[in-house]
Amino acid sequence: MTQPPALQASGLSVMRQGRLVLDSVSFSVPAGSFVGVLGGNGAGKTTLFRAILGLEAASHGTICIEGHPAGQKGGHAGRAGIGYMPQLRRLVAGQLSGWHMVAAALGGGRPGLPWYGRAARARVDAALDAVDARGLAHRPLAALSGGERQRLLLAQALLDDPRILLLDEPLASLDPARMRETARRIYDLARARGLTVLMSTHDINPLQGFMDHVLYLAHGKALLGPVEEVMTTSALSALYGAPVEVIHAQGRVFVVAEGGGDTLHSCDCAGHMA
Amino acid sequence: MRLRGAYGLMFAYDFMRSAFMAAFFVSAVCGPVGWFLVLRGQGFASHALSHVGFAGAAAALLVGQPAFTGFGASAVLSGVAMGLAGERLMGRDVTIGLVLSLAMGLGALCLHFLTRSAGAATSLLFGDILGIAHATLWWLAGLTAVCLAALGLMARPLLFASLQPDVAEAKGVSLRVLDILFLALVALATAECAQITGALLVFTLMIAPAAAALRLGLAPVAGMAAAAGLALVESWAGLALSWQSGFPAVFWIAALGCGACAAAFGLARALGR
Repeated sequence: MTQPPALQASGLSVMRQGRLVLDSVSFSVPAGSFVGVLGGNGAGKTTLFRAILGLEAASHGTICIEGHPAGQKGGHAGRAGIGYMPQLRRLVAGQLSGWHMVAAALGGGRPGLPWYGRAARARVDAALDAVDARGLAHRPLAALSGGERQRLLLAQALLDDPRILLLDEPLASLDPARMRETARRIYDLARARGLTVLMSTHDINPLQGFMDHVLYLAHGKALLGPVEEVMTTSALSALYGAPVEVIHAQGRVFVVAEGGGDTLHSCDCAGHMA
Repeated sequence: MRLRGAYGLMFAYDFMRSAFMAAFFVSAVCGPVGWFLVLRGQGFASHALSHVGFAGAAAALLVGQPAFTGFGASAVLSGVAMGLAGERLMGRDVTIGLVLSLAMGLGALCLHFLTRSAGAATSLLFGDILGIAHATLWWLAGLTAVCLAALGLMARPLLFASLQPDVAEAKGVSLRVLDILFLALVALATAECAQITGALLVFTLMIAPAAAALRLGLAPVAGMAAAAGLALVESWAGLALSWQSGFPAVFWIAALGCGACAAAFGLARALGR
């Protein structure tokens, strides 16, 4: 028997603040694949993740997680296998140690005191070890760099032994060398544990060689496929509904609006060129 | 020997025994609740709720009800309202300031119509720890038990929601419900605290010990316990110093709170945290 797709969206539409962010989007993510989620600012990457998590209501369409239809907004059934790493936000509680920030997610919804027994402590330590963050976890959050805090967030996403990881811009605020290192770390983890990974990013290049699929979002539409099929001038022009050129130079990929027209947000170009 | 005798005499008086017991109940709640306030960066919520509580207490006195009841009821109502308003309050500092000024103004108006207004004003604003009645003591004990039980149940999800709101929401934690419950809890703790420190000095027992405990980098449960312990030491020492010096206990509590906080910050720096 073949494995059901890890995630499947059928005719998914999501409204946000009166704007149709995702417009009848359909795609299917095979189990165990590593997907780079691309698109400019406001293209709907975060909204898609939130819809998958049940935090945004779909106005139309359905999402299936591992073959089971996921409930509507507020429903958490069937989503236990998803680990989520949100975009880095303003730091709260910088006085607390990284260890306790990670541990807070362990059974965090249960009533009681934030008290951790031996088994719980071992699980937190194991998640920290998986991202090589054991050494920095005893330091207060305020003393950590953005990249170090993101590593802790990744450890947190791994706590409940998820089968699917949704990572929202885990490469943001890293320098190019660290981007590549982080992408490799996530890739190795996913391979070792057989995880399905959806990872949004502004820049496709640090993920080159790790992704087997690209999910490209633009103008409310989505296109999922192997990198060499999606990242082409014809495919992306069709998605944007306007001429877009995909340029390969020095082993890197750039997406450029033809003639510098206003078919792309400026951030699209800047992001991909970075 | 003479010193011990002097302090021993302190417990011969009923009002001093009541004061020490009240300080115990209040500290037990203010420490952990304050720990979450400082952690969430909501320190001024307790300050705001105590302003509204002052107006409620003054109004209650005017219609012949206990000040404590008026304080508690108005603080809880405005705490729930703050929770419902949620993020809409963000960046509305002028609006918030005006509402608080209006509350203080209304409190002043109520006191104006009250015949024994001078004494009432002082005890509402600066507390009246030496005038705690037995009935109030029972109320404090009961409220402390309720607040600690509620916090014991919600501490874990509240910590999760405070640190990682997006992830907590994705795991089925209702941020809105927790916000409202927590602010109602803060309101009750503020009402208790104002019995000792008055409406104006709630910060001294609610925020100062918690800030010191957090700065030392203690784990959550240990930090909450340390905040309660520190609040207890500060309020008991304040009472003893007040007994000896004749200065108001709130002065000593405020001074000790600032001193302990400064010491904790210095210690944390010395330890390289």
